[in-house]
Amino acid sequence: MEVGITLNVDGRRRKLAIDPRTTLLDALRERLGITSPKKGCDHGQCGACTVLLDGRRANSCLALAIAYDGAEIVTAEGLATDGDLHPMQRAFIEHDGFQCGYCTPGQVVSAVGMLQEVEAGWPSHATVDVGAGDVSLGDEEIRERMSGNLCRCGAYANIVPAIRQATDARDPE
Amino acid sequence: MTTELARPAIGTALTRLDGPAKVTGSAPYAFEQQVDEPLYVYPLQATIARGRITGIGTSAAEAMDGVVAVLSHVNAARLARPKDSLAVIYNQAEPPSVEDGELSILQSDQVAFRGQLIGGVIAGSLEVARHAAGLVRVEYDAQSHDVSFSPDREDFYAPQRVNAAPTDSEQGDIEEGLASAAVTVDESYRTPMEHNNPMEPHSTVARWDRDGLTLYDSTQGAHVVQTVLAPMFGLDPEQVRVISPYVGGGFGAKGMPHAHNVLVVLAAQLVPGRPVKLALTRQQLFPLAGHRPPTVQRIRLGAGSDGRLTAIAVDVKTQTSKVKEFGEAAGAVARMMYAAPNRRVTHRLAALDVPVGSWMRAPGRCPGMFGLEVALDELAVASGIDPIELRIRNEPDRDPDTGRPWSSRNLVRCLREGARHFGWDERDPKPGARRQGDWLVGTGMASATYGANTIPGSRTRIRCHPDGRYLVQIAAADIGTGTWTTLTQIAADALECPVGAIELEIGDSALPRASVAGGSTGISSWGSSVYSAAAALRERHGNHPRPGTEVEIEMESNPDAERFSLHSFGAQFAEVHVDVDTREIRVARMLGVFDVGRIVNPRTARSQLIGGMTMGLSIALHEEGILDPRFGHIVNQDLAGYHIASNADVDEIEAIWLGEPDPHANPMGTRGVGEIGIVGAPAAIANAIHHATGRRVRALPITLDQLL
Repeated sequence: MEVGITLNVDGRRRKLAIDPRTTLLDALRERLGITSPKKGCDHGQCGACTVLLDGRRANSCLALAIAYDGAEIVTAEGLATDGDLHPMQRAFIEHDGFQCGYCTPGQVVSAVGMLQEVEAGWPSHATVDVGAGDVSLGDEEIRERMSGNLCRCGAYANIVPAIRQATDARDPE
Repeated sequence: MTTELARPAIGTALTRLDGPAKVTGSAPYAFEQQVDEPLYVYPLQATIARGRITGIGTSAAEAMDGVVAVLSHVNAARLARPKDSLAVIYNQAEPPSVEDGELSILQSDQVAFRGQLIGGVIAGSLEVARHAAGLVRVEYDAQSHDVSFSPDREDFYAPQRVNAAPTDSEQGDIEEGLASAAVTVDESYRTPMEHNNPMEPHSTVARWDRDGLTLYDSTQGAHVVQTVLAPMFGLDPEQVRVISPYVGGGFGAKGMPHAHNVLVVLAAQLVPGRPVKLALTRQQLFPLAGHRPPTVQRIRLGAGSDGRLTAIAVDVKTQTSKVKEFGEAAGAVARMMYAAPNRRVTHRLAALDVPVGSWMRAPGRCPGMFGLEVALDELAVASGIDPIELRIRNEPDRDPDTGRPWSSRNLVRCLREGARHFGWDERDPKPGARRQGDWLVGTGMASATYGANTIPGSRTRIRCHPDGRYLVQIAAADIGTGTWTTLTQIAADALECPVGAIELEIGDSALPRASVAGGSTGISSWGSSVYSAAAALRERHGNHPRPGTEVEIEMESNPDAERFSLHSFGAQFAEVHVDVDTREIRVARMLGVFDVGRIVNPRTARSQLIGGMTMGLSIALHEEGILDPRFGHIVNQDLAGYHIASNADVDEIEAIWLGEPDPHANPMGTRGVGEIGIVGAPAAIANAIHHATGRRVRALPITLDQLL
């Protein structure tokens, strides 16, 4: 049995027929050929499949595609506009925030989504005053909030300054 | 053998040339290569640890819409014996008696370990293949199995070799050396089964057609896969093409083909012309993609009152799978690290009904330098000598094992520079003496080393383009190590042209033959090959070769490799904080100082070094694969059960290097930086934990329950 759905991926409207058991990740990768989100564990344990799903970061391996008919999805490929890399992507390159590159699209998308969460005042485990409604994004906050994205090459020490640079560039003090 | 050439490109911190493709996710890894009308194969795995398959019920699976075939030992093609992977990698003669039961899958009804591949379901979609695999009914005649590794077993044996190292060695008289010592240490150190867990699971897309076999494979060595697999299927190596431009990490797990490669080719053989895709799940990686076997190392050290070692004895016990022998050479490093007149190293294996072990980042040396460097810390405490000073006093002036002079050995400089940068001199050696709020604070250090090896035989082709640019082709691999960038830099200097004038092609067995990306040999070997080809181009065609001119040659051998002992060295430092009440352990600071020859690219080299240190932290505090003795399976076989370091685990971490070129290693003066970062890091953390708490933990990983 196949079911027709529509996904809006990186600004493009895509109609596709899927087995209802298909995850959003497999729909993107195996049906649409959009391989920017990666499959590292298929269990929501590594974050390599992170996309922005209706504006929020999500593990696409834990989402069934059929539940997201009509959803807006942004992958790392879609963060780059007109061939220009997103400032987060440029910062990752400059700080060498990756090696093998397999977790990288997920890291980049996750970082972009994470900054939106911080702007919205969402606290994390590292937030000292969770009721303050205003989060100051220190390194400890970045580390905590990015811990859903594993990197086996061990680029964390470069990912944190990359995110800091991209954040500072966006919000000059 | 280093000649004094200008090297404007080597040493520059170029950003990765594949950076834009990787940050957008457009770099195609194996499973992402676009192929027409693919089929998918989902593996069937044994659910017993030993015995035989008595029945395999496939009718329900075969009846499912979309299922093409169910593959098992009943219908799989007969395979010829594979070539021995290690012999292929090291250009050695085939060992006469080694059977590779890891790769010879689906050839009988026998089951040798739980999780072993016993078949696969081929279908038109992933979902159908996986569903149908669950419908296959397998009946077994289960036999009693044994997966319990313990040093008290009575069936240990001495293998012919351990990985590539000799099994045993002895110099002088250990008992005499220990008897004459003023201070001795006699302890056992344990390291667990560890799993490489690259972020990209092992994946292969295979297509079998009239011309032969095409594999898009996630591998550290396209030619290793080609050479090992081809004879199994009755093909000439030239009929097998392995394409792997991007590899999502390997850390040794992709250094040689594993059973899944064979399964996907068997599947492709059944459906000629159709590509078949296989990606192992994260859970399937644990029993199928190699692992670091556990070790128990009995270490005995003897020293005079001046701290000079009189004896070093390391007796390693480890396990191997019964179907393919692999030994973790944890004792090898004790042969060359420190001076001592009396020295003994032995390795013994117990053959168990367990999955097949293989390379994991710094095989042998990573666990070996945990044992040795913690033992040395114990010796330092026992003799009241500063641990850095103790190591300096035992600095050998030549390789104690081979008697050869060092190509260069700057361990002492690493130790001293590290001490200065880290602030070691302010350290009060008394354990448990420092406290910040609710945290006990301790610092520790350890030495590091890794062999600076080159694998001979790699070939490079250089073609001159009309616009003055060069096409440089070699089947090297970039597994995140930076080869796309660093080999381009080396080629630019070898050809005396700007980096932008080099068009590099790697990651394809159709390119000139290259050695594996393993053992930190990649850049040394491939770079040597590029230098040889560039020299041949100049020699044969002058400084201004005509467009279209082409050379392809095998790299020159390095006579110095036989005359000198070539090793990298380093000093690792760690500061840990241990919660007074909960005993939670945090690594607040790590510093590594490395003597790794000339650095090709400071940006990517630093990443490899701190990446290794980060994995060392992970091994120190998190990683342990747990085998259930009742069922023989790995209990914690995913990333929720098998923890690896996450972002929040890593605080300050820095790597620096001496930058002194090795005059004997290769034309670049480099030594390889992929593995040394992990070596010694777990010991530095363990020693810091002792300093913080007074508790000496001799088993990895160090978890808070060991400190309560």
